[in-house]
Amino acid sequence: MSTIAQRGVKTEETSERTRSERRLGLMLCAPAVIAMLLVTAYPIAYAVVLSLQEVDLRFPDQGGFAGLDNYITVFTSGLWWQTVFNTAFITVVSVAIELVLGMALALVMHRALFARGLVRTSVLIPYGIVTVVAAFAWFFAFDPASGFVNGLPFIAEDFAWFGDRFSSFAVIIAAEVWKTTPFMALLLLAGLTTIDEGLYEAAKMDGANAVQRFFRITLPLMKPAILVALLFRTLDAFRVFDSIFIMTGGGQDTESVSILGYFQLISRLNLGLGSAVSVIIFLMVLVIAFVFVKGFGTAVPGREEAK
Amino acid sequence: MQRGTKEYTVWSVGMVIVLLFALFPVFWLAMLSLKSPDTVADGRLIPASWSLENYTGLFAGGFDSPLLRPLINSILIALIATAIAIALASFTAYAIARLDFPGKIAILGGALAIAMFPPISTVGPLFDMWRALGIYDTYLGLIIPYLTFSLPLAIYTLVAFFREIPWDLEQAAQVDGATPLQAFRKVILPLAAPGVFTAAILVFIFAWNDFVFAISLTSSDASRTVPAAIAFFTGESQFTEPTGNIAAAAVLVTIPIIIFVLIFQRRIVAGLTSGAVKG
Repeated sequence: MSTIAQRGVKTEETSERTRSERRLGLMLCAPAVIAMLLVTAYPIAYAVVLSLQEVDLRFPDQGGFAGLDNYITVFTSGLWWQTVFNTAFITVVSVAIELVLGMALALVMHRALFARGLVRTSVLIPYGIVTVVAAFAWFFAFDPASGFVNGLPFIAEDFAWFGDRFSSFAVIIAAEVWKTTPFMALLLLAGLTTIDEGLYEAAKMDGANAVQRFFRITLPLMKPAILVALLFRTLDAFRVFDSIFIMTGGGQDTESVSILGYFQLISRLNLGLGSAVSVIIFLMVLVIAFVFVKGFGTAVPGREEAK
Repeated sequence: MQRGTKEYTVWSVGMVIVLLFALFPVFWLAMLSLKSPDTVADGRLIPASWSLENYTGLFAGGFDSPLLRPLINSILIALIATAIAIALASFTAYAIARLDFPGKIAILGGALAIAMFPPISTVGPLFDMWRALGIYDTYLGLIIPYLTFSLPLAIYTLVAFFREIPWDLEQAAQVDGATPLQAFRKVILPLAAPGVFTAAILVFIFAWNDFVFAISLTSSDASRTVPAAIAFFTGESQFTEPTGNIAAAAVLVTIPIIIFVLIFQRRIVAGLTSGAVKG
């Protein structure tokens, strides 16, 4: 009898404590959750509503429900598909270069013999630098009016880098790669340090050369770190905005989807059409994330921890 | 690895290339900013005549100068956003690291989703909402999106740090006669401070860096931050390019970043990688 009674008391106590712990946990999280929802979930929902209407702030009297008209306008516009191509082009090329350079950088930092701190400190500067500043640094270097690049050997002195679509892309991509390779390298370096040195020693004993060791040991073991780095960088590169805005202002057919959205929303004040673009960009980001997580099996950070 | 071996040489050369790669564009910008206005366009790497004119021009005229107001705006907005974001993120990270409650996974997952969220998708609605609420072109109008978009990074960094703290020490201190407040202040706070500091640096860099919100949600120097202000610099006349002034302003906003990186290199690296590799 007494044992049963005791047990009863005990569970009541624990459940009381569990309940207060739950309440405290939720209370502590509430402010951050509300802040995050206020600036993301609500605006996106609002963007969906706006995108179904004809809202043009230059003509506030006109408007009304437009159904899918805005979406049809976007999807049948050649400009839209051009910006999609531009964004995809910049994303794929810059992330591919970053992966190769980032890997090389991570290996150098991992094997750094002296002045480790100096190397890490220097690569953090591109990471921390304001994107607009980085864009100006590269713009001025290549701009024939002020730059030194056209004075280099093998480059035509009067070549207008920003007068042509793909040479503009080349400079934009160079600036993006310079700015974000360090981030990629740091994520890869973190993966690199988890590899057991003993594996390399064993492979050396078996006669594997440096190239074989890299492709047979380093790459396979780093696959999770590489996928996470690729996911983050791809989504980040997809939002490319600052560099294009500074260097070409979207001219020379170099607009990205974000630039197009900005011009529709803020310059042309066409909230309906601009919101449709916003919603489509949002859905594209979801698709990219989904492909990485489900398709490539990217282990999203935090997931394991939360279990 | 020994000095003098082939491998040693290869890695050393690699390091030198890395240093050049990382620092050269900053060096170029600094040199450009130190050229006198009439030689800015000469295309030389090293100034032919050195001058601080590009810098002094930025502050000529006090509060009506091109850079003073934006610089003050940038500093205040980034600091306030950082303070609020760190407070909110600390509560959340403490709860996730120490307490057991439903919804943890949802919160971490939601934070991750926001880290991937395209800011441009919220710009239109925020533009409209802020105008309706009267906070368009104000500090608050920028602080709110900055703190929201930096919360995920702050939460992930802090959760990773808080998980490493030996919380039992708090109880041990209380057993030894410390009051709960003393136990928190003297034991837990010193242990948590490095993590909080790391998260604060990352949030500050984020807010300091932003351009999309800064040009979309402001319309004047009342709240325009430096990146947005630089983008709208105009020359003294229609025919002069403000190249030198832009370069000088760009160097000035880079200085705090360089100072942070020099002092807190280890912490920044730890913070950036803490969230991402655990998975």
